[in-house]
Amino acid sequence: MPDSATLAAAYFGSPVVLDVQEVTVKFGTFTAVDHVSLMVHQGEVFGLLGPNGSGKTTLIRALCGLLPLAGGQATVLGRDVRREAETIRSEIGYMSQKFSLYADLTVTENMNFYAGIYGLSSQQARKRKEELIELTGLEPYLTRVAGKLSGGWKQRLALVCSLLHGPRLLFLDEPTAGVDPVARRDLWDLLFQLAAVGITLVVTTHYMDEAERCGRVGYLYLSKLLAMGTPRELVRLPEVTPPGTKRLEIRAPNPAELLSVLRKRPDAREATIFGHSIHALVDASFDPAVCGPNAIVQETEPNLEDVFVSLARGQEA
Amino acid sequence: MNVQRILSVGRKEVIHILRDPQTLFFTLFVPVLEMFLLGYAIDTNVRHIRTVVFDASGTQESRNLLNEFENSQSIRIVRMVYADEEMTRAIVAGEARVGIKIPTDYSRRLEAGETAQLLVLVDGTESSVAAEASNVGNALALRESLERVLGVKALPVDSRPRILFNPDTRSANFFLPGLMVVMCQMMATMLAANAIVREKETGTLEQLFMTPVRSLELVLGKTLPYMTLTILEFCFIALLMRVFFQVPIHGPFLTLLGIFFPFVLAMLATGLLISTRAATKEAAGQIAMGTLLPSIFLSGYVFPIDSMPTFFQWVARCFPTTWMIDASRGVILRGASWSELWQHAAVLWGMSAVMLVVAAARFRKQLG
Repeated sequence: MPDSATLAAAYFGSPVVLDVQEVTVKFGTFTAVDHVSLMVHQGEVFGLLGPNGSGKTTLIRALCGLLPLAGGQATVLGRDVRREAETIRSEIGYMSQKFSLYADLTVTENMNFYAGIYGLSSQQARKRKEELIELTGLEPYLTRVAGKLSGGWKQRLALVCSLLHGPRLLFLDEPTAGVDPVARRDLWDLLFQLAAVGITLVVTTHYMDEAERCGRVGYLYLSKLLAMGTPRELVRLPEVTPPGTKRLEIRAPNPAELLSVLRKRPDAREATIFGHSIHALVDASFDPAVCGPNAIVQETEPNLEDVFVSLARGQEA
Repeated sequence: MNVQRILSVGRKEVIHILRDPQTLFFTLFVPVLEMFLLGYAIDTNVRHIRTVVFDASGTQESRNLLNEFENSQSIRIVRMVYADEEMTRAIVAGEARVGIKIPTDYSRRLEAGETAQLLVLVDGTESSVAAEASNVGNALALRESLERVLGVKALPVDSRPRILFNPDTRSANFFLPGLMVVMCQMMATMLAANAIVREKETGTLEQLFMTPVRSLELVLGKTLPYMTLTILEFCFIALLMRVFFQVPIHGPFLTLLGIFFPFVLAMLATGLLISTRAATKEAAGQIAMGTLLPSIFLSGYVFPIDSMPTFFQWVARCFPTTWMIDASRGVILRGASWSELWQHAAVLWGMSAVMLVVAAARFRKQLG
């Protein structure tokens, strides 16, 4: 794996916001995060991917100083996670996977509560609230009880609450879980606006389309960081399409039938259906005629999902 | 420690309370309801025990004796029976708790100067009823005997018990000062436990841990409104007790409040401790009930501590409730003041300090 600094070439000039070196977190004998190293620069949108239980949330909690590190070093905004956890927590923002605002408080009351928790003066609070309400368009809902907002507006309110104190780094733990596609896109547009003004974003997600939006992506699997880089770089990783193999997109009249044919062949290593076509990883010697006379076969690049499936399989083997 | 953060948490908690008037109503109303039930319905003095009588003698003397029984107020004759089996059956069936049998030779033996016997059958399933019934039987027999032996002469020894502090031995006076304590204990424990568990359920606690708020600030901010609420409720119940149930408050009420304060702290800490164990409100309720029951039964609230085995007397002293109930009765009934009760306050302060430290330590660890 190329080292993280070269992968972050685009952000080379920017200061390092997150510097994680060989971090390990244990729950008793279980290792939840296993020697993970990564570096995130200011203004980056960094995606953390991985199945449930792979250690994404644990890593974020450890970086906020909530869980002790069993090994390794980490600095957040230049501060040591072990010694300056409370200062770190006052300088970062965190928005979690669940809607974690108070459903029985109004939008304004939720904002005021977090402003107080972060120790903002009433003047500062008023100014920040105005800016963020303007940014998110929450104006019409200020007196509404948070529980009565739709999913997308809840996410915006959560975002506002995590931004009130002006953090330079924002952790988003599955911010779009259970939100409709339109609201998801709106939220991502907001996130890029934040990145544009220099706020660094670390986002965990399950959605491949969201992963592809990220500047760089790290893939966590079974507590280990298996790969890291821009989506483009990951797609070209040699582990994903090993030498002597190629990736094919096969359009066939009956993909399901073809899939069962392919899965029986030793020279077809992976095959899965995407709509009317099949994505397959095959040996270079694979004969396209196997797919039948009506199939259209063309070589293709893997997508991010292919990348993660290959990496996960490689790890299991 | 940051006062602004504590106040922010406190203000939010007050909004939670006000947004949920139903919970607030039940929290405040249940103790009042309980108080009316105990104040009006329950009487620990045993009276009007249902009794069946088998008067085989049927003489002037036997009827006099039965009158004496009824005049004692303790015995109420519900039926006359005419056979031993019938009397036993009435007791087994629960129709009567006591059976009195006066044998055929009762009057004859009295006249002859021999020992006349009467049989008092007592259902022992309710110990206080049994004790009262056998006491009445013994007392009446003794008095009859003395009158026959001494005639009109004065009794050689006369014991005059004077019941201090609660001369009419009213049950309300005994129960209500304890009830106040137990009700406020339940209120404080449940409110504190729910306040944290609710945030666990909604996931907001996780969010709060990611902010710079410290666990002690969170705990203080969350408990302040509930502490205020519990103390207000305590005063309100005391007022009701004084006005409706005419229970006089002989000692200084401020002393009582001064002792109540560390007690509330200890109870809030208990609630907090429960919240670190319970994942849902239901679970928290179960655990809270679990802690409540022993502190009701062992605290002297219902059953006197002096009658317990020595081991349990020591156990009882480990519950803050025991000390608080004693202090409550002390101030309200016995007119005790600070000079008599400062030890209670000291013990409760000690207990609350230990509980708070343990609760805060466990609370901090729970995310890990």
